Amino acid sequence: MADVVVKTEKVVKEYRMGTNVLRALDGIDLEIYSGEYISLMGPSGSGKSTLFNMIGALDLPTAGRVFIDGQDMGRLSQSQIAWFRCHRVGYIFQSYNLLHVMTALENVTLPMIFAGLSTSERRDKGAELLDRVGLGERIHHRPDELSGGQRQRVAIARAFANGPSIILADEPTANLDTVIGREIIDLIKQLNVDQGVTVISATHDLKMLDVSDRIVDIRDGLVERIRNRDEIEIQVGEVGGH
Amino acid sequence: MEQQTRGTIGQQIELPFMESVRISFQSLMIRFGRSVITTAGITLGIAFLVSVLVNNEVSVAMKESGSKQEITTFEAEEPKGISMKDKWLIIMSLIVCVVGIANSMLMAVTERFQEIGTMKCLGALDRFVVRLFLLESGFQGLAGALIGALIGCLGSLLLGLKDYGLDLFFYFPMLPVLNEQPARFGVLLIILAGCVLGMILSVIGAAFPAWRAAKLPPAEAMRTEV
Ligand SMILES: Nc1ncnc2c1ncn2[C@@H]1O[C@H](COP(=O)(O)OP(=O)(O)OP(=O)(O)O)[C@@H](O)[C@H]1O
Ligand SMILES: [Mg+2]
Repeated sequence: MADVVVKTEKVVKEYRMGTNVLRALDGIDLEIYSGEYISLMGPSGSGKSTLFNMIGALDLPTAGRVFIDGQDMGRLSQSQIAWFRCHRVGYIFQSYNLLHVMTALENVTLPMIFAGLSTSERRDKGAELLDRVGLGERIHHRPDELSGGQRQRVAIARAFANGPSIILADEPTANLDTVIGREIIDLIKQLNVDQGVTVISATHDLKMLDVSDRIVDIRDGLVERIRNRDEIEIQVGEVGGH
Repeated sequence: MEQQTRGTIGQQIELPFMESVRISFQSLMIRFGRSVITTAGITLGIAFLVSVLVNNEVSVAMKESGSKQEITTFEAEEPKGISMKDKWLIIMSLIVCVVGIANSMLMAVTERFQEIGTMKCLGALDRFVVRLFLLESGFQGLAGALIGALIGCLGSLLLGLKDYGLDLFFYFPMLPVLNEQPARFGVLLIILAGCVLGMILSVIGAAFPAWRAAKLPPAEAMRTEV
C-alpha cells in the first residue's frame, strides 16, 4: 500500500450557535494515500466542507486529530501552520477566491512571495504555471476580465505555485457548466497524474466519479462507506444509463 | 506507522518590509474608487475638526489685534480663552472625526475578510496581514487627513475673510504663540496635528478589525459575509 499522507483520527467538529450545538463531524476516521485522487461525496450539509477545512488546517477540530505527512496538525505553531499551508497544500474553492485587485499572474505568484522567491523566479514560474493551465495569453488580466472557467484555472495554477503534495478542492466545479466543469476536472486529474500530487476533492459532481481512485461517502458527519475505483466503474455506467 | 514520520515542517519566513509596502500601495490604487470613499470619511472628519480649531484661532487672534468688529459684539465681556460654544464645537468635531474614521475603516476592512482568509490559505502570517492593513490605512489616513486639513483651513480662511476683511492677513495666526495665556497653537501646528490625528485614528480603526480577522481560522474568515 502507498504511503499515508493524510490521516484523521476520530475528528469531531461542533459549531456552537447560541445554546445550540451542531455536530458537523461526528468522528471521522480516514486514511488518504499518496498520489490518489479521492472524492468526498455526500448531500448538502453532510460535512464535506467542514472535513475539507480540518484536513487543510483551515480550522481546528473540536476533538480528534489530523495528521499530514505524519505531523499532528494540532501541535504546530502559527508559523509552522503558515509554512505548511504555503508549501504543502494547494487550495481550490468553489468561488475561486482570487484576489480581485491582482492580475492572474499576481494571484499565482502571491504564494511564491510568501515562500520567499525572487521577483524573476516568481515571474517565470507563474507564467509557466498559467501556460500549463491554458492561460498563457491572459496572465495580465484581472479576475473580473476572465470567465468562471478561466478564473478556476488561475486558482488551480495558484494552488500549484509552491509544488504542494496535496491539492484540496472544495466543489471546484459547482459554479461552472457541465462542459467547463469537465475541463476543470480533467485538468486537475492530469496534474494529479503528471505531478503525483494527492487530490482531495469535496463534490456533488458525478463527473468526478470516473477520475476518482476512491470515493468517500459522507453522511451526517460520518464516513458512510468508501468505494474503490472498480466499484465506481459500475456505478458510472448506471448513472449514464438513467 | 513509519511512513508517517517523513514530513518535516519549516517555519514560515518574514516578508521584506518593502514587499508589504508595495502590495498595500497597489491594493489602494487598484480599488481606487473604494479607497476614495473610505478616505473621504477621514477627510470630512479632519476638515471639520481643523476648521473649528482654525476658526477659533483666528477669532482669538483678531480679538487680540483689537479688530473693531469683534470688540463691539457681545464677546467683549470675555476677551480671552475659548468660549463654551467653541469648546462644544471642538468636542463635537472630535467625536465626528473619531466615529467617522473608525466607521470607514471598519467597513473597509470587514468587506475584505475573505481576502484575509485567502491570504492565510496561501501562507500569510497573521502579522503580515495586519501589517498590510496598517500600511494601507496609514497611507489612506495621511492622504485623507492632509486633504481634510487643507480644506478645513481654507474654509476657515474664507470665513475669516468675510468677517474681518483683509485685516485677516496681517494678524493671521500662522505660527504658535506659546508665551501667552492661554497658549495658541497657530494654524500650521493645527494642520500638522490634524494630519497626525487622522493617520493615527485610521490606523487604529483598521488595526482592530484586521487583527481580529487575521486571528480567525481562515475557514471562518472566508465564510464571513458583509
Ligand atoms: N461556521 C459554521 N457555523 C455554524 N454551522 C456551520 C458552520 N459551517 C458549517 N456549519 C454546519 O455544519 C454542517 C455541515 O456543513 P458543511 O458546509 O460541511 O456541509 P457540506 O457537506 O459542505 O454541504 P454543501 O454540499 O452544501 O457544501 C451544516 O449543517 C452546516 O450548517
Ligand atoms: Mg460544502
